Amino acid sequence: MSLSVLAAEAVSGVSTRTHDANWFLENAWIIPLLPAISFLVILFFGKRLPKKGAELGIAAVGISFILAVLTGIAWIDHRDNFELEGGDAEHAIIADGSIASDELVLTADAEEDDHATDDDQAVVDDAHGDEGHAPAHPYVAVQNSTQWFQNGGVQFDAGILVDGLAVMMLFVVTLISLLVHIYSTDYVGGDRRYTHYFAFLSLFTASMLFFVLSDNILQMIVGWELVGVCSFVLIGHWWEEKPNSDAALKAFLTNRVGDVGLLVGMITLFFAAGGGKTFDTITINENIVNGTVGHAALVVAAACLTAAVMSKSGQFILHTWLPDAMAGPTPVSALIHAATMVVAGIYMVARLYPVFFEGMQIGGSSINLLATVGAITLVFGGLLAFVQDDIKKVLAYSTVSQLGYMAMALGVGAWTAAVFHLFTHAFFKANLFLGSGSVAHAVHSFDMKKDMGGMRKFMPKTYITFIIGSLALAGVFPLAGFWSKDEILVGTGGWGLFGGTGGNGAYSFHLTMGLIGAALTAAYMTRCVYLTFHGQFRGDTHGHGDPHESGPRILVPLYILSGFAILVGFVNLPSGIWLVPDGWEERFGHFIEPTGASYFPGIAHGTPSYSLAIVASIIAVVGAGIAFLYYFVWVDRRSKQVGESLTGLPNGLTTTSAIARTGHKVLVNKYYLDHLYTGVIAGFTKGPLARAANWVNQNVIDGTVNAVGETSVRTGKLVYEKIDQGLVDGFVNGAGIVSDATGQELRAMNSGRVQNYAAILFAGAAIAAGAFVLILAL
Amino acid sequence: MTSLLASETAAVSFPVLTAMVLTPFLGALLLLVLPNNRPEYFKQVAFLVSALTAAMTAWVMVEFDKAHAATFQFVDQYEWIETLGISWALGLDGISLWLVVLTGALFPIVILAIDAEHSPKPYYAWILVLEAGCMGVFLALDLFAFFVFFEIVLVPMYFLIGQWGHGERAYAATKFFIYTMMGSALMLVGIISTAVITANTTGNDLTFGLIELAESQALGQTAARWIFLSFALAFAVKVPIFPLHTWLPDAHTNAPTAGSVILAGVMLKLGTYGFLRFGIYLFPEAAVYFAPFLVALGTIGILYGAIAATMQRDLKRLVAYSSVAHLGFIVIGTFALNTEGIEGGLLQMVNHGVSTGALFLLVGMIYERRHTREISKLGGLQKPAPMLAGVFMVVMLSSIGLPGLNGFVGEFLTLIGAFAAHRWWAVVAASGVIIAALYLLWAYQRVFHGPAEGDNATMPDLTVREGLTMVPFLVAIVFMGVYPKPVLERMEPAVDALVAHVETHVEDFDEPVADIAHHVELEDLADLGTDTHGEEDGEHG
Repeated sequence: MSLSVLAAEAVSGVSTRTHDANWFLENAWIIPLLPAISFLVILFFGKRLPKKGAELGIAAVGISFILAVLTGIAWIDHRDNFELEGGDAEHAIIADGSIASDELVLTADAEEDDHATDDDQAVVDDAHGDEGHAPAHPYVAVQNSTQWFQNGGVQFDAGILVDGLAVMMLFVVTLISLLVHIYSTDYVGGDRRYTHYFAFLSLFTASMLFFVLSDNILQMIVGWELVGVCSFVLIGHWWEEKPNSDAALKAFLTNRVGDVGLLVGMITLFFAAGGGKTFDTITINENIVNGTVGHAALVVAAACLTAAVMSKSGQFILHTWLPDAMAGPTPVSALIHAATMVVAGIYMVARLYPVFFEGMQIGGSSINLLATVGAITLVFGGLLAFVQDDIKKVLAYSTVSQLGYMAMALGVGAWTAAVFHLFTHAFFKANLFLGSGSVAHAVHSFDMKKDMGGMRKFMPKTYITFIIGSLALAGVFPLAGFWSKDEILVGTGGWGLFGGTGGNGAYSFHLTMGLIGAALTAAYMTRCVYLTFHGQFRGDTHGHGDPHESGPRILVPLYILSGFAILVGFVNLPSGIWLVPDGWEERFGHFIEPTGASYFPGIAHGTPSYSLAIVASIIAVVGAGIAFLYYFVWVDRRSKQVGESLTGLPNGLTTTSAIARTGHKVLVNKYYLDHLYTGVIAGFTKGPLARAANWVNQNVIDGTVNAVGETSVRTGKLVYEKIDQGLVDGFVNGAGIVSDATGQELRAMNSGRVQNYAAILFAGAAIAAGAFVLILAL
Repeated sequence: MTSLLASETAAVSFPVLTAMVLTPFLGALLLLVLPNNRPEYFKQVAFLVSALTAAMTAWVMVEFDKAHAATFQFVDQYEWIETLGISWALGLDGISLWLVVLTGALFPIVILAIDAEHSPKPYYAWILVLEAGCMGVFLALDLFAFFVFFEIVLVPMYFLIGQWGHGERAYAATKFFIYTMMGSALMLVGIISTAVITANTTGNDLTFGLIELAESQALGQTAARWIFLSFALAFAVKVPIFPLHTWLPDAHTNAPTAGSVILAGVMLKLGTYGFLRFGIYLFPEAAVYFAPFLVALGTIGILYGAIAATMQRDLKRLVAYSSVAHLGFIVIGTFALNTEGIEGGLLQMVNHGVSTGALFLLVGMIYERRHTREISKLGGLQKPAPMLAGVFMVVMLSSIGLPGLNGFVGEFLTLIGAFAAHRWWAVVAASGVIIAALYLLWAYQRVFHGPAEGDNATMPDLTVREGLTMVPFLVAIVFMGVYPKPVLERMEPAVDALVAHVETHVEDFDEPVADIAHHVELEDLADLGTDTHGEEDGEHG
């Protein structure tokens, strides 16, 4: 179908997508394909390769990374210069190739009349967001899809949707995956399943990229699940040890709980917003933005999908799998549990944002499910990070907490802030995870209290990168975390933002939680840095001499990530602040946020406030300061006084205050959620419930069957002996000949019971049939 | 009738369907006359015979005209018992095609993969008889012929379990036989009644021809409902639908591996296929009437089977209970009575045959090596047998319904269909996917993870022959997961025709539709959200 025809048919139906764009944008599907191929090749031939398959994985992901960068460049050009045929600068005009064209016409017909108002509104927003820049180009996503299969008139497609969000994720996933691959060649070098490990790193990368590029919600489900399975395999990489295997199982099962929400939510969307006709993400989003979808259905969908986010992105109360998942190799933790897999939930919300924005009525409100789940997670996760002795678990809970920030940001309408935080967090958290791995590689343990301390002396290079990552995470100016966290706080619009202008609503509670979280983050990272790098070395190297710095394949990725942790904050400098050149303002938001696109809701943007940034910074510094005083000054002094290592010290507060002791106990037991899940819920299902089901099965159902069977057989015998001997005898003898052919044993065992029974049944059936026909015919 | 069929069928001179039924049967007879002193021939002959049948199946699959998938193709029709209107009528349409292909493919694999533990001659003979019976059930277009085949399959399976089984094989075999006989006895009542009443009402000659009976729809409402129940009972036992499932775990656990594979792969589908081909087609009104009830039972089966599976200590029994859950999905799909649901259910029949068949084969391989199926006695098997573990993992994930593998497509279509028809049951059924992951992964963990000790540490990995027999399963699992289109597009016309048949013959019934946009104005979409309480059979737009 030609463009002009479509445009004519769709006078009011404006869809901001195209099939006609730069080669890199249209063929982004190659990016996931390469690691997928490398998975298969490594799996089958990896062991025969000189480097046991690692080289292949690195090559595939490396090329994908280069393609992702080129795609990013193409997108930047596309965003600013792409003109749709026949379009004008104010409006994005429909453009669609022949693929899925009927579906598009359907959408076009379906658009409502009040569309124009929406569009105007969007244009106004767009202008607002890009104040001071050149005239805005429409935000046009690139779509390229093909039919997977079709059923009952419903298209099941497979395709790619490339826009700023997808491009950003492509860059993050391929870069971090590449660094993790390089790091792994040293870290898991000589591992018992080295080749297998690299095969699944490839598959994981491919699955995540596949998920990111999905142009329809069905494909999102596919990618989502594939990512889950890869995490199962990688977390359980060292499955000989039960805890690792348990952790893998727990991760998969917890995610499965969320998957039910995902399935139900997506199916609801398919019917309510896709008209039971299409899974296409853009069409679904457009229908919601245009207000043609009932509110109740959106509430259901948004709530179900929130459950999916809670499990995948480790939100309170389904976060419990994430810290356990640290049982996997550290590079895997960096890849899966900091930078990519766990952000799948966040990405899904960002991708289907209209569902949440409309379903949860984010605009003009002050509380909603998603924002509140995020706010609670960020504080509760941060608290848990305080009581961990395992350095990776500190980082894991920190991840939980940071994901809480992202969920909260999406919940309060700060879309760009959430996505930006996802972006910056990926770098500094991967940096921290890999740094912790570098330390653990040296001391062969993750226990900060027992086996670390004073590592600064042995590993100065790792120390510096870890400090940079920690500062970025804590949100210290001017590192990456500062900018993204500040944007989230601005986006809450709580309390009038100390003089700034608000976002979509007045989320004061969430702003408070965000500020508390800032203090917590700074404090637990201070503790973590102290326990790992300062004080006395408490480990035992078993006569191998002092721990030593890691090699270049570990350090270089750390340097690169540290560089990103310092710099990436600058890609989205807020507008209207001092000393920032116009061309640097909100570049990230400009390229990533689909402002004004037909598939994106008209969200409001807060303007930044100096006072909020200063208050947040002070709070973070105070948090860090208290922790600093406690660990670097008080604990340090005490441990020198008693001349004992830190592990021998009583934990100050918890010995003197009952409240603190209780709090500590609750935290150590992780709010007792694991007891609830494994002990109570899973225990009940596997124990009493399954036993009850089995009892019913054996005694009630089967008991009835057996009783009926026995009665029948007894009746049968009676009939056989008393009434019908001749006839049945003949039958039995006939059957007996067959039995002979198959052996004596069976015949003895059954003594003709079944054959009798069969004959009687047939006789009975014939009589009953006669009676039945008679009755019904009369 | 003859004209109806002949006009729409390509002229096939060779009666291929009859050959597909008779070849294995004649093969069984051939085995019986082979001399006893050359036992090595038995397996070879059996394999050749089943391979020949498979080749014919493959030919049929290739020649199948997908544009006319809704009509019966390759029809063979001969008078059988003329006075009673019974004929030997065989035909193939989009609904039966893949089940026939599955049957044709599965038997040679089973024969090749598993050696008879003893008495090879009757063993292979019974397997071939079983194949003939299964083929016959899927191909029969005459109610009486169908019934004969439906009953014939019981006998070989009874002997396979009873003589080559393990454990309480006598009990299991008898229970299996009696259970299924009980159901089918009433079906015979139903079949005779249908034919007689139809003949009486229409004034035509007595006939057992499926198409004639279904198209005439001469039964009164009450009669149809009662007769439907008599069919439903037979099929429900065979499926099995909760609470008639208790024969299944016993039969599976005690059956020899070949028996379990065939039972799960093909025989359980006789029931679900029966519902489609006979239940819904002959008695559309009754099917619509009882659909909510059957959907409810299907959903209960999903949860119940899954929960019961979690506590099994015997690996084979666990897989058996998982079948109860899977077949629950098929039942809710079928009785969603829309294209998505029925097609999803039909696809799940094939999927389940592949996945669960493969699982039983793998469990059989473990049993052969370790002489136990107790999960607690196994452990760490991934170490000595990484290939076996890898294959088991893929098959298990397919059974769980992982996207990219075959189980997902069927499960998702089923859920879509069920969601359109019975929203809340679909939601409950969706939660079955969690428990499916629970019991299978948990079992996998206990069997394959952890340290390998004792005999577990020295368990040999897959042999070349075993590896080769698993290849077709893996290919099917991945192919149908990645590219289900060729399978689905051959089913769809037939499924559509069935749904249309129901719509034509049942007043006030519209297909519970997924594509709301076709039937309602888009403005009404806004009401959909508020309408979430609607538990009706459809969106009466």
